[in-house]
Amino acid sequence: MTRHSRSATSPPWPVALPAVLALAFLALPVMGLLVRTPWGHLVEILTSKTSLDALRLSLETSLFATVIAFLIGVPLAWMLARSEFVGRRLARALVTVPLVLPPVVGGIALLLAFGRRGLVGQYLDACCGVTLPFTTPGVVVAETFVAMPFLIITVEGALRGLDAKLEDAAATLGAGRWTIFRRVTLPLIGPSLVAGAVLTFARALGEFGATITFAGNLPGVTQTLPLAVYVGLEGDLDQAIALSLVLLLVSIAVLVGLRDRWLRTGSVS
Amino acid sequence: MRRSAAILAVVAAVSLAACSSSTGGAPTTSAPAPSSTSSSMAASGSITVFAASSLKGSFAEIATAFEAANPGTTVTYNFGPSSGLATQITQGAPADVFAAASTKTMDTVTTAGAASNPQVFATNTMEIATPASGGASVMSLADLATAGVKVAVCQKDVPCGVAAQKLFDQNKVTVTPSTEEVDVKAVLSKVELGEVDAGIVYVTDVKAAGDKVKGIEIPADQNVTTKYPIAPIGASKNAATAQAFVDFVLSPAGQSILAGAGFAAP
Repeated sequence: MTRHSRSATSPPWPVALPAVLALAFLALPVMGLLVRTPWGHLVEILTSKTSLDALRLSLETSLFATVIAFLIGVPLAWMLARSEFVGRRLARALVTVPLVLPPVVGGIALLLAFGRRGLVGQYLDACCGVTLPFTTPGVVVAETFVAMPFLIITVEGALRGLDAKLEDAAATLGAGRWTIFRRVTLPLIGPSLVAGAVLTFARALGEFGATITFAGNLPGVTQTLPLAVYVGLEGDLDQAIALSLVLLLVSIAVLVGLRDRWLRTGSVS
Repeated sequence: MRRSAAILAVVAAVSLAACSSSTGGAPTTSAPAPSSTSSSMAASGSITVFAASSLKGSFAEIATAFEAANPGTTVTYNFGPSSGLATQITQGAPADVFAAASTKTMDTVTTAGAASNPQVFATNTMEIATPASGGASVMSLADLATAGVKVAVCQKDVPCGVAAQKLFDQNKVTVTPSTEEVDVKAVLSKVELGEVDAGIVYVTDVKAAGDKVKGIEIPADQNVTTKYPIAPIGASKNAATAQAFVDFVLSPAGQSILAGAGFAAP
């Protein structure tokens, strides 16, 4: 009787039941991980050579993948957002493919393109003796393939949502294209660039399927954190759980880092 | 009170009977008295068998033969690296039978109390798989130590990885693998794709791959033998069928399929 509707748009009370179920469903696995974490010898596990190698390799390769995605992905995002060219729609579709493709399929595709007998890889091998599979650069290639679309799509969206009048004003004041991009456009899309880069880094850090398929699994060379977790499942379950905890913490750190952009949007509007 | 209880009992009995006749999938003809001894129970229903990757081909054949010999049964497989499957089972995965590629892996399951009384049903030996064409010329185990020769092995916790390491150790060859794959089939596909010059796999894998890879036999005195144990899982909801499957694998019919795939008798 005392119940009154806060607003006409708030959901009726029976909606709360499945909503709580959904929340519990998402929260319970995280709790399971925390409960089973071998807290007693956590430090010992995380400072073992396997863990440290995997952690170092993961951070290095994810950082490299993010830098490469930045160097070639941002220009592509700029082109997609601002210039008319034949096949732009196709190009945009291609960018989204790695987002929806199962990563293991991406790994096979990478092997068939850049592998030793691959479309491009056979010439790389023949001319310069470069083979990517089973090397650390191969890990970077796999991670870039899977993660770069996050950066491109975030930045392209920001560029398209930009108020063109600001750039027009700069142009009427005599600024050249590069100056406008550097002095007007870039500062305006700055937050999106950061968000895109963080998302790309996080995705690269979690990459498993394409990496194990394309780059293989060798401790210290291609065995990143997710691979060490998977391999740990076959030998040392405690190690797998401890490394999972590390990945979970990184994910939370990314969420916290992005909270201004992703978590507050709902309440602001 | 007494009467309503009696009615309840009748209702329960009828609904139970309805249930049992529908779950079995058998036509409701003469209903035999429910047997209390498991030995007299016929195999029926579905079971899930967790089996080592190297058993993929031969166990698919065994399932077909088993289902034909026991109408009403369905065998579903979960193939993977033995040690990974063992972890899944000890963590409560719904397996009815476990067939591993090493007795050590089976021991982790029996020690955890998830299975008992494993029996060795086959043995396997190792072979070098090389790409069907091209690649560096690998002719023997010693060639794998050559610099620049790319070698794929299974990772150290998987039986085929343990066997590969033992093979290198006992023949005193120092091999630096390019990759440690998660299971033997992954090693084989890296060889098939020509990404590595050689892979250490089971004799049966080379045989199953046909002309997609070229096998280089390892002399018997240098080779390593692995044993394959099988056991029904204690927590199985269909223990009778699980046991029947184990018996079938050990029977002459099962053994001849395994022999056809290149496995040696236990």
